Amino acid sequence: MKAATRIGLKTGLYLVLSVGAVLSLFPFYWMFIMSTQPNHVFNQVPPALLPGKELISNFMNVLVNIDFFQAMLNSLIVSLSITVGVLFFCSLAGFAFAKLHFPGKRFLFFFILMTMMIPPQLGLIPQYYIMTQLGWINELKAVIVPGLIHAFGIFWMRQYIKETIPDEMIEAAKIDGCSNFRIYWNIVVPSTLPAFATLGIIAFMGAWNDFLWPLTVLKDPSAQTIQVAIRTLYDAYVKDYGMIVSGTFWATVPLIVVFLAFNKLFISSLTEGSVKS
Amino acid sequence: MTLEKKRPSPPLGVKGRWWTEKRKNAFSGYLFILPFFLLFAVFGLFPILFSFQLAFFKWDGLNEKVFVGWENFQLILNDALFWKSLYNTFLIGIMGTLPQLIVALVLASALNSRMVRYRHLFRVAYFLPFVTSIVAVSVIFSIIFSSNPAGLANVLLSWVGISPIHWDTSEWGVKIAISVMVFWRWVGYNTIIYLAGLQSIPRELYEAAKIDGASVLQQWRHITLPMLKPVVIFTVFLSTIGSLQLFTEPLVFMGRNLREEGMTVVLYLYRDAFNQFAFGTASATAVVLFIIIAAFSVLNVLLANRIGKGGGL
Repeated sequence: MKAATRIGLKTGLYLVLSVGAVLSLFPFYWMFIMSTQPNHVFNQVPPALLPGKELISNFMNVLVNIDFFQAMLNSLIVSLSITVGVLFFCSLAGFAFAKLHFPGKRFLFFFILMTMMIPPQLGLIPQYYIMTQLGWINELKAVIVPGLIHAFGIFWMRQYIKETIPDEMIEAAKIDGCSNFRIYWNIVVPSTLPAFATLGIIAFMGAWNDFLWPLTVLKDPSAQTIQVAIRTLYDAYVKDYGMIVSGTFWATVPLIVVFLAFNKLFISSLTEGSVKS
Repeated sequence: MTLEKKRPSPPLGVKGRWWTEKRKNAFSGYLFILPFFLLFAVFGLFPILFSFQLAFFKWDGLNEKVFVGWENFQLILNDALFWKSLYNTFLIGIMGTLPQLIVALVLASALNSRMVRYRHLFRVAYFLPFVTSIVAVSVIFSIIFSSNPAGLANVLLSWVGISPIHWDTSEWGVKIAISVMVFWRWVGYNTIIYLAGLQSIPRELYEAAKIDGASVLQQWRHITLPMLKPVVIFTVFLSTIGSLQLFTEPLVFMGRNLREEGMTVVLYLYRDAFNQFAFGTASATAVVLFIIIAAFSVLNVLLANRIGKGGGL
């Protein structure tokens, strides 16, 4: 390749990639700017592109309209409980499918995989009805309990355990008199921590960002997760945009911080599996 | 672990002959997978069967259920709004997905070039929208696509001489705004998936092709495209299923007045059930949606198999 074409190509590549990056990041920047502006700026042409002075007062308005910290706490409780549950139950089931022998194993595993094809909306109404019967409406367990285990997690843990732990190791532990649960706890869990990290991220993110189901069962403001609370903010009759964006911004910041801190793990977690399969 | 210890393996049944190693394993096996089946039975299987049953009843959740046969299906299939919501779902799905996959492929190819440095930074930048919640994305884009002439989208349009668009009420405005949200949130995710796919193609293939005198275009056509096919199929599959379940974006974007311009099938179902307490027709909609999704899944698998076997696109 000639030097000139090489430089041209290189410039072109960087141009395409940079435009992509700017478009990708701009809404975040703009979200920050708008969370610092008073409401009248939203009617102003050209729009403000530099921060204003209302960062704190906008957030104070958020606190008047929704119980922001309660909603964040609810989201945290829901997401952490689901993550712990998914990690424990999915790895336990994954271990059973990978290393234990029992009649009907193949069929049961296939059955679990098939459940992944069912659209979640199909059972929405009866699920809601079950929750009313259990008296769980407006209680966080209505969101937590159904989320404690899922098919993908079992599939994921089974693959990982099957590949990383040699059968001999399990045999040896059995001869030493280990129960199956002790084998799981003392051998499987410590040697599959990377798989735990990946599944943990997927479970946490899924639970944190979930919307349809929490919206359905958590009506009471004190029980709402942050996603549902933000939506009520946006739905208010009188729209104070500075306040709305402020709520959205502060609800997004923690996730961005966590993402930036663990971005390598995040990206590989959420792309793995798609490329392999 | 010594060999002496390993020899006497069968008689592990401490509690007697009945409690054999085989039985013990089967017992723990079933016990370990039990939580899934318990939760699935209560919150998965039962609701699904109940949904299929409800589709044939008239029910508001409080009073007695009344059997109405196929009436619910007739009701929704005769409802213009149902067809409108189906049409919207497909249209928004295509508008949000197709350009997105193409752009993702372009970005991934550019990112895969050996000339590009700071690949890691670009990856982070592209991935950030995907980490953000759909609700946050919907709120921000609703404000960008405000009908106000001072809304960001309208300001940008005014620069090229287009007069302000009523994003929240016009037939195409609503759809474009929602498609843009879908596009923005997913394009980076698909870029990273494609990039991972591209990087898994062995470099030697390209080198061998170069020695044989293949042009860049020929390399792309005969190496990149076939090797990337499974990944592309995966993303198309995922996007199709995702589009059919579109809900949060239109709900947040349209706010309290769920206008028909942005009505999707799941939104139609949700509104029926939880605004009007028509659980019967809502269940009928859910069943129809299930059939559509199942049909698309089968179609996807068939296509994937055919393409996989046939070699060429």
